[in-house]
Amino acid sequence: MRMVKMRMVNMTDNTKTAVRLLGTAVFMFAFGFLLVPLYDVLCAVTGFNGKTAGQYVSEKAPEIDKDRWVTVQFITNNNAGMPAEFRPKQRSMRVHPGEVNTAEFFVRNPVARTITAQAVPSVSPFHAASYLHKTECFCFEQQQLAEGEALDMPLRFIVDNELPADVTTLTLSYTLFNVSQEALAVAR
Amino acid sequence: MITEHPHDSHGPDKGLMRWVVTTNHKDIGTLYLWFSFLMFLTGGVMALIIRSELFQPGLQLVQPESFNQMTTMHGLIMVFGAVMPAFVGLANWLIPMMVGAPDMAMPRMNNFSFWILPFAFGLLLSSLFMEGGAPNFGWTFYAPLSTDFGPPSTTFFIFGVHMMGISSIMGSINIIVTILNLRAPGMTLMKMPLFVWTWLITAYLLIAVMPVLAGVVTMMLMDIHFNTAFFSAGGGGDPVLFQHIFWFFGHPEVYIMILPAFGVVSAIIPTFARKRLFGYESMVYATSSIAFLSFIVWAHHMFTVGIPIAGELYFMYATMLIAVPTGVKVFNWVATMWQGSMTFETPMLFAIAFVVLFTIGGLSGLMLSIVPADFQYHDTYFVVAHFHYVLVPGSVFSVMAAVYYWLPKWTGNMYDEALGKTHFWLSFIGINITFFPQHFSGLAGMPRRIPDYALQFADFNMISSCGAFLFGFSQLLFLFIIIKTIRGGEKATEQVWEGAHGLEWTLPSPAPYHTFATPPSDLNDAHG
Repeated sequence: MRMVKMRMVNMTDNTKTAVRLLGTAVFMFAFGFLLVPLYDVLCAVTGFNGKTAGQYVSEKAPEIDKDRWVTVQFITNNNAGMPAEFRPKQRSMRVHPGEVNTAEFFVRNPVARTITAQAVPSVSPFHAASYLHKTECFCFEQQQLAEGEALDMPLRFIVDNELPADVTTLTLSYTLFNVSQEALAVAR
Repeated sequence: MITEHPHDSHGPDKGLMRWVVTTNHKDIGTLYLWFSFLMFLTGGVMALIIRSELFQPGLQLVQPESFNQMTTMHGLIMVFGAVMPAFVGLANWLIPMMVGAPDMAMPRMNNFSFWILPFAFGLLLSSLFMEGGAPNFGWTFYAPLSTDFGPPSTTFFIFGVHMMGISSIMGSINIIVTILNLRAPGMTLMKMPLFVWTWLITAYLLIAVMPVLAGVVTMMLMDIHFNTAFFSAGGGGDPVLFQHIFWFFGHPEVYIMILPAFGVVSAIIPTFARKRLFGYESMVYATSSIAFLSFIVWAHHMFTVGIPIAGELYFMYATMLIAVPTGVKVFNWVATMWQGSMTFETPMLFAIAFVVLFTIGGLSGLMLSIVPADFQYHDTYFVVAHFHYVLVPGSVFSVMAAVYYWLPKWTGNMYDEALGKTHFWLSFIGINITFFPQHFSGLAGMPRRIPDYALQFADFNMISSCGAFLFGFSQLLFLFIIIKTIRGGEKATEQVWEGAHGLEWTLPSPAPYHTFATPPSDLNDAHG
């Protein structure tokens, strides 16, 4: 009799422990997905991977630092499966921190079908990424390019006054992705 | 009354159904061990295909597409099919006997967690025969290689990983509940053998990271089929995120494959040195520290993706810190042997080889942890040499040591010592011929995961391939020795080994089908 009783106590203890452990497993599964937004936040805060933030809105016009010059270089790349012609209209610009600048990028669809394009930016050096603010950028939305269509796409940006002193040159790179449905299907 | 029924008296059911429906921890342990051996041979055949192709420069035997499938499947099968189930098999056989429990805490779940595995690996292996071939993106399945450019069979691979994950989590829950709740009265945590301790910690690691692996393959599945963009930059995701999540799982995973090995070696060395284990408590704390550190070093696998300098320094120093508890363990094993009355039976040979060769693997790991050096070593054969040194003469040797050590307890018969020693020396020589030259070809710049290579690497590769065939075919001798021991041989005593400590050695050999129906009372000798 004693043994039967002991066994029953064990069963409830076991179930309790097992349920707790299963809960941990479920939590960790959710945690894996939680890493996705956490990673985005971390990238936005630290500029990991040269990620830039979204559209920049400032309360008041920033002060222009006329004594300092920063060179901003532009690079464009096509991702695999993107047939568009894509290039910056200026290779580099010399700008003052605080002033609003405009750069233009040329894109043309040379193929006989509509392409949906998405540009993804990256800034080097990484630790300067959060000091390059974009008030207007073609990378904020996708571009529909009909057959033969050509576009001049604008970028308006401000280099932050707080840009670390050791940074004299910023490189802004855009990679153009083909996000048309049929292109995704071909890649698979 | 059920309790009046003399449980010891009835043995297993007869026939094949015994193995399908069994809930006995010894049967399930045996199933796990045989399954892992089968997978070891399967993954081994793939390794030999790889080494045959690399015997000479140029393409001789397989096309690059098949070669990539072989490296991928070899890695997946060895990690998830051979090493992990082997340790779970040992846990099933040994933990209840070591803690004085009648069986695992949840025997029915135990049966399920084993029987998921053949289906998971059946699914994975079936992808070899599918249109487009098996997964070919390496066992780390980095996105977007696996998501945008993987073969259609990737989906089957994902479901296979899900099933393995479920099996591991169920197995781990069972092990933790058994250890926490079913220990014999009076067996405090600090009286447990180290194998039980290392498995307790390993099981926690598994519960923490296998769900993250399940999460990352689920994200892949959604990227492939449901138009999400977790890892696709064009859709606002980030391929580097894949690597972070994967290695958040992957680094604890490599400790999952080595901690139980530490437990095995900590049982064997005291036995054949005829001394108690030096520094039992420090071993427990060292194991816990290694487990903790494993969660905070993952990015050392991805130094070259572009991490801010502060991040690289942090991950470098944190990684180097792991050498401290690992060093404590190695020194404890050496101190246990110091001035002991050592004899060199097969399990001890494997255990000593483990200490020496695992330390070599650990040292090359330290070299890899240095960021600027890693920029040079990354994705070369140096990395291949490093992780094969910790996994083959590390984990795999410890499993072989464990099999020789406990086989007399399991079967009641002694194995053939001369054959065992032959197996050891063939394996020891084979493994070093295979993997030592890979350090040199890696330092000279040979990239990993390629079917063809530049001419200057030809000699090292030829040596390496010869060693691989020696090691591979020696394992058939291992199979022969095990079968021979099961079929007969000199009868083993209860204690089997003169210097053995632990509750399992108080049981008759072979261990009866049901053990410790009443808990043992003398626990002073419970750990080595």
